Amino acid sequence: MMLGGFFAMLIKSKTASYRIANLGLFLGSYLISIPVISTLMGMHNLPVNIGWMVPGGTFSFKLDALSAFFCLPVLIISPLAMVYGKSYMAHEDKHLGKHWFFFNLLSACMFLLMISNNGLMFLMIWEIMTLASFFLVMYDDEKNEVREAGWTYLIAAHIGTAALLLLFAILGNDAGSLQFDRIAASNHTALSIGILFFLAIFGFGVKAGFVPLHIWLPEAHPAAPSHISALMSGVMIKTGIYGILRILVLLGHPTAYMGWTLVIIGMVSGVTGVVFALAQHDLKRLLAYHSVENIGIIAIGIGTGVLGLVWNIPSLVILGFGGGLLHVLNHALFKSLLFFGAGAVTHITGTRNIELLGGLLKKARWTGWTFLIGSAAISGLPPFNGFVSEFFIYFAGIRGIKTAAPGPVILAACILVSLALIGGLAVACFSKAFGIVFLGEPRSERASNAHEADKMILLPMLILSFLCICIGLLAPLTLYLVLPPLQTLVGFPVQIGYSTVGVLQILSIITLLFALLIVLATMFYLIRRKLPRGTEESTAGTWDCGYAEPTARMQYTASSYAQPLTELFQPLLGTKQHGKKVEGFFPAQADFHSETPDAAREKLFTPIFVLVNRLISPFRKVQHGNLNGYLLYIAITLIVLLVWKTGFH
Amino acid sequence: MNIYSWIFPLSALMLSPLMPGIINRVKAIVAGRHGAPLLQLYFDLYKLLRKGSVYSTSTTMIIRFAPSVIIACLVLATMILPWGGMPAPISFSGDFILLIYLLGLARFTTVLAALDTGSAFEGMGASREVQFAALAEPSLMLGFLVLILHTGSLGLSEISSGINVADWQTSAPVLIMVSFAWFFILLTENSRIPVDDPNTHLELTMIHEVMVLDYSGPDFAFIQYAAALKLWIFGGLLVNLVVPLRLESLGLQSLIFISGMFIISLLVGLTESLMARLRLVNISKILIGSATLSLIALMVKLVGYYQ
Repeated sequence: MMLGGFFAMLIKSKTASYRIANLGLFLGSYLISIPVISTLMGMHNLPVNIGWMVPGGTFSFKLDALSAFFCLPVLIISPLAMVYGKSYMAHEDKHLGKHWFFFNLLSACMFLLMISNNGLMFLMIWEIMTLASFFLVMYDDEKNEVREAGWTYLIAAHIGTAALLLLFAILGNDAGSLQFDRIAASNHTALSIGILFFLAIFGFGVKAGFVPLHIWLPEAHPAAPSHISALMSGVMIKTGIYGILRILVLLGHPTAYMGWTLVIIGMVSGVTGVVFALAQHDLKRLLAYHSVENIGIIAIGIGTGVLGLVWNIPSLVILGFGGGLLHVLNHALFKSLLFFGAGAVTHITGTRNIELLGGLLKKARWTGWTFLIGSAAISGLPPFNGFVSEFFIYFAGIRGIKTAAPGPVILAACILVSLALIGGLAVACFSKAFGIVFLGEPRSERASNAHEADKMILLPMLILSFLCICIGLLAPLTLYLVLPPLQTLVGFPVQIGYSTVGVLQILSIITLLFALLIVLATMFYLIRRKLPRGTEESTAGTWDCGYAEPTARMQYTASSYAQPLTELFQPLLGTKQHGKKVEGFFPAQADFHSETPDAAREKLFTPIFVLVNRLISPFRKVQHGNLNGYLLYIAITLIVLLVWKTGFH
Repeated sequence: MNIYSWIFPLSALMLSPLMPGIINRVKAIVAGRHGAPLLQLYFDLYKLLRKGSVYSTSTTMIIRFAPSVIIACLVLATMILPWGGMPAPISFSGDFILLIYLLGLARFTTVLAALDTGSAFEGMGASREVQFAALAEPSLMLGFLVLILHTGSLGLSEISSGINVADWQTSAPVLIMVSFAWFFILLTENSRIPVDDPNTHLELTMIHEVMVLDYSGPDFAFIQYAAALKLWIFGGLLVNLVVPLRLESLGLQSLIFISGMFIISLLVGLTESLMARLRLVNISKILIGSATLSLIALMVKLVGYYQ
């Protein structure tokens, strides 16, 4: 895969560079899919260990079920994103060799990361992955806002990596090796486990997008080309979740505060993510905030699973972890679908601003309907896949109540309230996104001149929509999909009959009801057509309550649609409004503009960075730009190291 | 699964248009008028079903599919709704989550169809609908949580058969709080006064009615019927909670349930007659208040549990 990317960079011709990168990616994905699927089927793969000339590091890979499960989204989304990207980038003048090189590099790194079995190796791949994605985000590097976004991402990612460096240093120090197996076998004190856990939450949380560490998501996703946003949002941020799960496995039996931390982070991220999404006008920025929301849902699921392990309640373990893991896969599917859709909209209209769009469903039918499926799925509505994973987590909550201990009941209240609120707000947000962009009348020239997207742009979207429906309608089978990684997580064999969860049976009923829902809807539609004058149709303008000259500008806008809710959450959002007031009976001119900057960025990180900048600015003198001086630094450092090292012997 | 239990969804399909009739009659009587016949909605539906339809030039297939999808969601929801102690034909643990999400799908479809017309009025209604629903859902969920804790069951049918007269004697405060919270949710979800005024078509106070301005003929019949079914479902949830009589006989139990539904309609009618519509900004406060009420009920329940 990497070879393909490497050659792609060298080759001058645009189509050839794509083909060779494509060949590499598909061949690589195919080769990797064999062990991944066999691992998920329960067969074992031997770990690969190759000696490496780096102290503490070995070239060590191990594919267990947890890794295999997290490889699935990469396997599905990467090839689709590449096919999509080919058409998406077709009109670019730039040489795309570099782009495809980094694309393949990113995909390959995500695989390698999941299967690496050594701390140092993990960190290095993590870093390469970050850099590859940074260069992918910086595709339009001549634009100022893209460079800005790239910087935000790079800085945020490295603050996270710093925490991870510390994390693995402590782990390696305790275990005497960075090999994951040795780390898992070693013992830690309760204090160091606590420190390690919070370091992991911080370090991996930056990548995953936990609030308030999410600030890079709403910057980087809109700046990147859409297939890159899809790959990053759908797959790459899940490496953060994978990291947290891996560390949980390595640390051994968890304690209650870990579960609660994850649940609370999940609730805060979930609600904050969706509330900020509501206030956005930029379609891709809106989707980026929804990634924060969905990561929150995943964190709630994982936290529930952890608490289940602590309290020894099997149903919480299975349903919590199961729901979290399934949501990882589901989110990869529908979020990539939505980013593809947003990309298609940008492509055919040239704008991401929701307020300028409208009426696109008539012009771009397939884009619209697939976007609708994605919207319903991400809002957790039946009969799509989002409902299934959310149902797992809901059900974990109410199953916990049966034990009648105070902890599970409080947990259930947290889960039910936050998921219901998130669900309701997500419906609000996606009815806005779909309704304003695709329905009604075009709000600008750009929208009225739109046309359907390219076939190869639509193909990946159709495949993903199909998968969203499939998971919804084959819900019981998903349980078999999440059980193998679950076993790796909890460390002992889990079977479906392991407890009286009965979730398999319930999922079967739900699936049947989904089918019934579709049958009923079709039946009612057919009955409606069979009515005496059921097919008789006439058309007229929209009923506008007697007004004579309606224009498209009189339609409800995205901002006004979201206004009641953003008003309600104003203390959290801090939406700024600019504009002149309307004066007099016949106002000649008025304008209004509102924007919602990220609260965490404005209120938390900007002051911190300003402070840090002030503190370290005296050190600027050291960076004088004189090459001789730098060489002197190196020499001095080496001498000091030598003296220090020899001083011990 | 009892074959007789299919009587419940079937009766719901037949009887639900009666509820708006009763409400309107009560309102008329309180206002000193005679009022429309009880069966008015049946007549309306019959008339509308025989008509052709007019669609706006702005619309797409969304508004054409919407009525069928909405009605399918609600019909499926009636199959989950138990009648007092009698279990529903379809019942499983956690079925109330599906119920809430089916209503969510119906709402999503209604809202999209409203936006499909491109009308500013309908956009306004849609915007309010999603706002109030997002606030009502947590409150509804909390209510269920209290009842799960109270009865120890996870399915709607089991929960409802688990509530009996003895429960109302021992833990009335908790149940009353949930009932009040749910009554307010019923008013919100069905767009009744004090949240929305179902009678005003052309004022800017509306939520549900304004979203369906552009339907005509059979589509409008479907929408009206779906609204009646929704009222029936929320009424049913409330009746199962506040009428704790649990009888062995199917006939008697059904009779009690249906009378319960009529009493709920009466209460809604009286509320509509005696109250004015609230300002929109105050509705969210009351919804959050209703969620708080459920939360207090949960706390009371929890404290009582561990004493």
